[in-house]
Amino acid sequence: MTSLNNKYPEISIQTEDFDHGVEVNLLENNNVEDGAVVTFSGRVRNNNLGLTVKGLFLEHYPDMTEKLLAEIIQTAKKRWDIGRVKIIHRIGQLAIGEQIVFVGVTSKHRQDAFAANEFIMDFLKVSAPFWKKELTELGETWLAAKASDKEKAQAWSK
Amino acid sequence: MIKVIFFAALREQLGSAGTEINADSATTVAEVKVALGEKNNNWQHYLTNNSLLCAVNHQMVNSDFSVKAGDEVAFFPPVTGG
Repeated sequence: MTSLNNKYPEISIQTEDFDHGVEVNLLENNNVEDGAVVTFSGRVRNNNLGLTVKGLFLEHYPDMTEKLLAEIIQTAKKRWDIGRVKIIHRIGQLAIGEQIVFVGVTSKHRQDAFAANEFIMDFLKVSAPFWKKELTELGETWLAAKASDKEKAQAWSK
Repeated sequence: MIKVIFFAALREQLGSAGTEINADSATTVAEVKVALGEKNNNWQHYLTNNSLLCAVNHQMVNSDFSVKAGDEVAFFPPVTGG
């Protein structure tokens, strides 16, 4: 297992966009131990709950966010045989179609990378201190947490 | 002093990103909420919302968690990132 070095930290909270291809390269470069690379990226969609969405604003709790995400990564590494992990989450004002989040995981075989990637996303959703404010035709609204997201995360402990 | 900070919808409802309370006025998270409500009557309603989450020094805690001088206590709504 080769971890990303300090130059490429596992966690990045940033206002600027990221390049999906570059991130995949960083997961793969000098990493011949791992045959599987699973990535997830989340984007701003133009609709939610029947309303037209015009944009999103992302706020977070600096320091706590990084700590929480590091804990999620550590838990995933204990549970699955995975190699490199990268989480990018954007904050600030985002337009329709822009990337919000990236999770990349490598492993020797696909099962561990698929599972760990989904686990990281599920726990990021319910425990990392990020909040979305949506701009729709009706104005600005802070999004409410979804019960289905909580159930999804809880399902991992069954 | 205990540093108190608010995020997202709660910050907007309270009209404040944070404040400080005297460490003598609260020994638990629940007491911090009471002290904040006494400090500003308009805040009480929002701080008694059951869905509100709390972190002390970046760790999620329950309302009976102990607090002391120098702690950073954060209150915020359920998270919605990803």
